[in-house]
Amino acid sequence: MGVEEGAVVTAAVAAGHETHSSHQGLPPPPRGWRRLLYPGFLRATWMTALFFGIGCGIVVLCRWWGGWHPIWFGSIIVLVAALIAAPIGFLAGIGAFDYWARYAIGAPTVPEDHSGHGAYSWRDYFRVNTDHKVIGMQYLVTTIAFFLIGGLLAMLVRAELAKPGMQFFDNQTYNGLFSVHASLMIFLFVIPAFAGLANFVVPLMLGAPDMAFPRLNALSYWLLPIAGIMMVSSFLVPGGAFAAGWTGYAPLSVHQPLGTIFFNMGVQWAGASSIMTALNFLVTIITMRAPGMTFWRMPLLVWANFTTSLLVVIATPFIAGSQFFVMFDRVMHTDFFEPAGGGYALGYQHIFWFYSHPAVYIMMLPGFGIASEVISTMSRKPIFGYRLMALSLMAILVLGFSVWAHHMFVSGMAPWLRVPMMITTLLIAIPTGIKVFSWLATMWEGKINFSTPMLWATGFVSMFVIGGLSGIYLGAVPIDIHVSDTYFIVAHIHYVLFGGSLFTIFAGIYYWFPKMTGRMYNEKLGKLHFWLTFIGFNATFFPMHLIGTQGMPRRVSDYDPMFANWNAFISVASFFLGASTIVFLYNMIVSMRRGAPAPGNPWRSLTLEWQVTSPPPVFNFDEIPQVVGSPYEYGVPGARHAVLNGDRTAEEVKVH
Amino acid sequence: MRRGSIVQLIVIGVLAGAVASLFALIPGWLPQPASREAGRIDFVFWFVTGICIFVFSIVAAVSVFAVWKFRAKPDDDSDGPPIHGHTGLEIMWTAVPTLLVTSIAVVSAIVLAKDDAQGANPLRVDVTAQQFFWSYHYPGFGNKESDILRLPVNRSVVLRMTSKDVIHSFWVPEFRQKQDVVPGIHPTLHITPNRVGTYPVICTELCGLGHALMRSRVIVMEPDAFQQWASKKGPS
Repeated sequence: MGVEEGAVVTAAVAAGHETHSSHQGLPPPPRGWRRLLYPGFLRATWMTALFFGIGCGIVVLCRWWGGWHPIWFGSIIVLVAALIAAPIGFLAGIGAFDYWARYAIGAPTVPEDHSGHGAYSWRDYFRVNTDHKVIGMQYLVTTIAFFLIGGLLAMLVRAELAKPGMQFFDNQTYNGLFSVHASLMIFLFVIPAFAGLANFVVPLMLGAPDMAFPRLNALSYWLLPIAGIMMVSSFLVPGGAFAAGWTGYAPLSVHQPLGTIFFNMGVQWAGASSIMTALNFLVTIITMRAPGMTFWRMPLLVWANFTTSLLVVIATPFIAGSQFFVMFDRVMHTDFFEPAGGGYALGYQHIFWFYSHPAVYIMMLPGFGIASEVISTMSRKPIFGYRLMALSLMAILVLGFSVWAHHMFVSGMAPWLRVPMMITTLLIAIPTGIKVFSWLATMWEGKINFSTPMLWATGFVSMFVIGGLSGIYLGAVPIDIHVSDTYFIVAHIHYVLFGGSLFTIFAGIYYWFPKMTGRMYNEKLGKLHFWLTFIGFNATFFPMHLIGTQGMPRRVSDYDPMFANWNAFISVASFFLGASTIVFLYNMIVSMRRGAPAPGNPWRSLTLEWQVTSPPPVFNFDEIPQVVGSPYEYGVPGARHAVLNGDRTAEEVKVH
Repeated sequence: MRRGSIVQLIVIGVLAGAVASLFALIPGWLPQPASREAGRIDFVFWFVTGICIFVFSIVAAVSVFAVWKFRAKPDDDSDGPPIHGHTGLEIMWTAVPTLLVTSIAVVSAIVLAKDDAQGANPLRVDVTAQQFFWSYHYPGFGNKESDILRLPVNRSVVLRMTSKDVIHSFWVPEFRQKQDVVPGIHPTLHITPNRVGTYPVICTELCGLGHALMRSRVIVMEPDAFQQWASKKGPS
């Protein structure tokens, strides 16, 4: 490259910088009535109302035309107008479709000037923003809000169970409490919280300026609050919240009060969000890796999100289908799952678990990725057996689709199916074991820094081992016959989803907090949060194994007095566990505003996201990084993962 | 690795195994068994528990040792040794778990086959579930109806189940046997009670607002007493 050309490039880069900084986000909104047309919450309000009206009109018109009475039929109005049309109106009003809508009606498209990118004030977090870092924050804050609601519901469940007999709620309300608790934690917290973390981190790790489809990314975020509000608001409709469990088994769910369709449709919105994000991750990971970053040089978090995204795009349509069928059985009397009409009740469970077992890995593999990043960096050692770690993710992906019926060992399905499903289920212990042993081997002889993220990561490994071992009990059909649908299951799912997923989400939040906010969190409070949660978690959930094998079924509001002492203990422990969250919230809120400024790379990590400032520039990298080696070469003299920011000497470039 | 470290590692492992064994042995994990199937299922339970204690001890030993010994000193910014992997170790921790889970699968499959096989001259009972109670019919005794399940001791029983509305699940913890009761199909469950007594029948599949209260009882009786009861005309 000639000197003059180089100068031109530098000038262009400098000019580009000026353009970005002079923009400072979107231009101010117009004044007067035109403000009503400007994308945002004002337009969202009237468009939601308008679309609700259109939905009502469609229902009334169709029923009048078809001669069905009554013409104004409450549950159909709620379904079509409130749960389908109004959310579309909200999305259109907030501006999620503006670019595509202009294109579709043939209007001149607005040239992309990146003004929708980045956040310059708090307002930029409350609009359709196409910056993956802003979207990541939107995801995390929203999901933590739903985590708190879900957690409070769990506290209410434990309050009811503190002693035998009925205390605070009637049975239907109680069934609603645990159903909404599980649905929020799964669909509005664990799955999207991982998507939020990955949204922030994955493009940075890849050396990319953003996700492949920033507008799709924004849309997939805005679907989430819709799904969450839908599920929570089902408490307000006549008959109460959906109360057939998060599994919503037919035919029970078909005959439940109106709240059930809030679950049926909430899952559709959350699922659509999940699928869009997964497609976005897949395309981003496949096409936007920095030069030199081969698949075998990708950090394991990227591998984990790659496999998770494959699981999501393949499996999620099945739960969408299962919930549509249940809803059709209710509103259109299709009898898919109604034996009286020729339907097959177990069909629901097969379709449901064909998604919901892979969903267990959707909720766990990203956590595996986070644990790998944290453990390698904090132990100052390369991840042990990198390729086998990546391959075991792929093995779990493939095996994960062959085990769904292990949720149905006592369901009355074809009996021959049990042994093959048991074998595939137990086989999953092998790649999972490989991961656990490799993390331990990574820590071995390391120089471990037990900062808060590392505490959560090691806490995760130990709790996940217990959850994995109780999973072996459940995989063995004869034991599963005894313990299925008991508190043993409740203990197991919380060891894998709380001790597994939630611990890694906390590890990830603490680990990337400096990168996301540009400030350090309070280390003492972080450690306090870990220890309170760790103790509260084990005190709450370990005894559940015992009362389960002894004979306490799950999903009951009342129980045999012989379990009274343990339940009282568990309830007290769970309140302690719930209270530990206050430490987390306090630490996050205070540190975000007043924490010490974070350096670019506080953990001395090698992966790309740490090679830029904290928080990163709007377009992540001033110059496309050149990847020259593995991301985990700790302790290898002179090894580098990537070369960037002008320190690309002739010698280094020659390495590849 | 120095010899001292290996000794320390083994000591931690043995201690972890001992603690785990106490957890396994002290609380009564399983209710008193009352059927032949329960004995076999308990065997699988303790077989798996043994393997789990073994795996847990190894993992606990390695992690406690690592947390204890490999903590970096506050001013130590150096890196650990750049170990990228060890093919032998990786083969080992793929092969050993494979063997362990295979043994669990074999034991489970054998027990399952035995529990599924019905004995000679089985007693058939039709179990009907509906929101929110159980009823039992004895086709061999003029379709005698009862709301308590009475069974003779030491005789193979085949429960043929169905539901009138939604899915329920039939569970007697002392029998260790459980079967979902599904509308539209007739799954069966085999039980050979071997201890006289009264045990709870619990619905374990969420079936609506009365789910927690959907209980019944099973009374295992001496064969003569059962015969006498069953031959009596009319509902019990």
